Amino acid sequence: MNTATETRFSPLRIARTVFIRVGVLPFLLAAALVVFSLTSQAFLTTQNLINVGRQSVYLILVSMGQMLVLISGGFDLSVGMVIALSSVVSAMTMVALMPMFPDAVWLVIALGALAGFAVAAVVGALNGVGVAVFGVSPFIMTLGVASAGAGLALFLTGGVPVSNLPFTFGDTFGFGRIWNVPVPVLIAIVVIFVMWIYMAHMRNGAQIYAVGGNIKAANLSGIDTRRTLIRVYVICALLAGLTGLLLTARVETGDANMGSSMALESIAACVIAGVSLRGGIGRVENVVLGGFFIILVQNGMNLAQISSYMQMVVLGSLLILAVVFDQLRYRMIMGQR
Amino acid sequence: MTQPPLISTHDLSKAYPGVKALDSVDFDLRAGEVHVLFGENGAGKSTLISLLAGANTPTSGEVRVNGQPVSIASVAEAQALGIYTVFQEFSLIPTMSVAENIFLGREPKAGPFVNHRLMRREAARMLAERGFEIDPAAMVAQLPRAQQQMVEIAKAFHGDLSVLILDEPTASLSNREVDHLFEFVLRMKAAGLGIIYISHRINEFARIADRVTVLRDGAKIDTVAMSDTNDQALIAMMAGREITDVYPQINHAPGEVVLNVENLHAWGVDGVDLSVRRGEVLGIAGLVGSGKSRMFRAIAGVNATREGRVQFRGKDITGQITRKVMAAGLYYLTSDRKHEGLNMAAPATDNLTIDLMMGSCANGPFLRHRAIGQEMARIFDHVELHAHYRARTIAQLSGGNQQKVLFAKSFCHGSELYIFDEPTVGVDMGTRAALYRLIAELAEAGKAVVVISSDLPEVMNLANRVVVMAQGRVSAELTGDAINEADILKHFFQETGADA
Repeated sequence: MNTATETRFSPLRIARTVFIRVGVLPFLLAAALVVFSLTSQAFLTTQNLINVGRQSVYLILVSMGQMLVLISGGFDLSVGMVIALSSVVSAMTMVALMPMFPDAVWLVIALGALAGFAVAAVVGALNGVGVAVFGVSPFIMTLGVASAGAGLALFLTGGVPVSNLPFTFGDTFGFGRIWNVPVPVLIAIVVIFVMWIYMAHMRNGAQIYAVGGNIKAANLSGIDTRRTLIRVYVICALLAGLTGLLLTARVETGDANMGSSMALESIAACVIAGVSLRGGIGRVENVVLGGFFIILVQNGMNLAQISSYMQMVVLGSLLILAVVFDQLRYRMIMGQR
Repeated sequence: MTQPPLISTHDLSKAYPGVKALDSVDFDLRAGEVHVLFGENGAGKSTLISLLAGANTPTSGEVRVNGQPVSIASVAEAQALGIYTVFQEFSLIPTMSVAENIFLGREPKAGPFVNHRLMRREAARMLAERGFEIDPAAMVAQLPRAQQQMVEIAKAFHGDLSVLILDEPTASLSNREVDHLFEFVLRMKAAGLGIIYISHRINEFARIADRVTVLRDGAKIDTVAMSDTNDQALIAMMAGREITDVYPQINHAPGEVVLNVENLHAWGVDGVDLSVRRGEVLGIAGLVGSGKSRMFRAIAGVNATREGRVQFRGKDITGQITRKVMAAGLYYLTSDRKHEGLNMAAPATDNLTIDLMMGSCANGPFLRHRAIGQEMARIFDHVELHAHYRARTIAQLSGGNQQKVLFAKSFCHGSELYIFDEPTVGVDMGTRAALYRLIAELAEAGKAVVVISSDLPEVMNLANRVVVMAQGRVSAELTGDAINEADILKHFFQETGADA
């Protein structure tokens, strides 16, 4: 410990404190706002920012689930596949049921959604059991499951998008508004609120932090670590399934290629928002901002007419940068420097 | 003797935040001698050798090799100076062969390729020269610990070895293996090597030691020739004054049996019978690997149970998982707070929240923030963790304060039986006294308490009854006047009838 001769108010000190508490996100957000408002006049307008908010709903939902898995000390590479599979399965179910119940559209939609959630839950349980019971590393488990599920989705559809969904489905969950707020946004707000309660005020949420912080210590504190891990992967898959349903409603087709970039984007959103890859650290409200940030950067690059190929380069670099800063922050927390 | 010592230290000190691990120690090792370092856990032995071995750097003071001042910044530098250390934790790669381990980093080459045949032949020769009967092609993971140690020692004989440091080399060896090791040590001594030997086993010293240096609380008490001293004098030097200061007076009132263990078999445990009573502290002594810790890890559900019966307060808890055992009222406090006990990257408050929400504040699905806050303040006050440290990240606290947090966790579950595994490892004297008072209070409040410790004075002073473990079995149960260093040590080495 050095003898601090002055503990005065200095910008560097404040920056350090913010960095340790929240992570690198505030700095990146400020930088993005400055850069993109310089490159495009249309960027810093209320209308554009509302658009970004609406578009970021899907990534934020997936990131909520990814955050749980990361906090528990793992990660989930299969979220994109779950989006595709739940999209395909729910769409096919609705199309198949429509002729049987032509007068009960809501029943068809409900059963279709149920099928989508069910398949998501199965995938989540598979991941969870593999990681928690058989001790497969999360990387291999979710990578393997992602490949298997993606193959299944393509096999089911033969690679052809599933169309002719009930009109009401897209009309309500894709483009509908309640009190002039888009339905997907409302759903996201509810999910964010529930997740916040769950992680900050419920015992189950606190157990996830405990397991990610030190799984052996959690076990010696009487926590059922297996059940906690399985629960985390199931919730993550269910949120990805929900996202799959909302995206299906938005594009009015079931598509096996949906969500392919979601695994990378959701991990990036979380890590940039200060969720530690070592587990045990992360906050719901920051992850919401992290998801918003990723979409904001994509939007800014679109307005600046940067090609989508270069955007991939930027996104990958951002992820690595975020991990580098995560390392730095961890050392600061541990007092090593 | 005009020749300078092989290695010597002058005013050597090492300080950690809050602890002076080594305090101005002068030490020297001559060629052709075995110099024993003796002292309690935490006396500074390990710190001293870690400085000589290059695993740590001193805060102040000087190390000289052959009279020349040197600074040893890494283990590799120490080895270049001819100093080789065999730590308790071996530096072997378990999945590689004996020969590959011996030649790690200096493999004989045939062009760009490793010459495996030459390597194996050389390894066989080196092992035979030292009298070690080991197959150089065997995989290290499959060797017994005694042979792994021989491989570790064989690794030392590259280049100009002049100082060999052995850290508790006999801790888990049988008597025959110990004899074997001593023959080897005496031969190396005759060959002119200097050997620094660390051990708790005082009855071994007469067989090999030339001089003994006694350390206590980081300071050197004295260096004496083995021929001028005896066991009693050494123990008196080792223990010193602090025993009466640190340990509380405990009024044991043994009551009903809460834990009854019959014929327990588990990893490293080979048929243990044992009972623990309310209102007393049961001490468990034994060497590393004697099963003293593993037995309770099996009971607490951390390790698997193979056979036997464990009854706790009338319930059969044999082989149950930790969560169930804890719910029944048994708390196991781990000896490894860093890897098993605490979340090092989180503050003390978060660490305690976990136990409170699983233990005494576990009502309903929500976190009861207010109840948890009140309980937390009470428990932290009880373990005397200063308010200043409660919001700090665990990694930034001293070992003593970390241990207070670990103790705080044990008070969250309203347990009836507390098993403290090495409760004061790496903890300074002041904190030790506080932790001992907590243990005393538990026993006096009628709880059942078990203290497992490698620190003999700790066991002797806290326990009403001492169970000594050797090779996975109970080798003795001592009470009253029989609880003394000589009697306990005698049972450490018990091996099918023969004493060491």
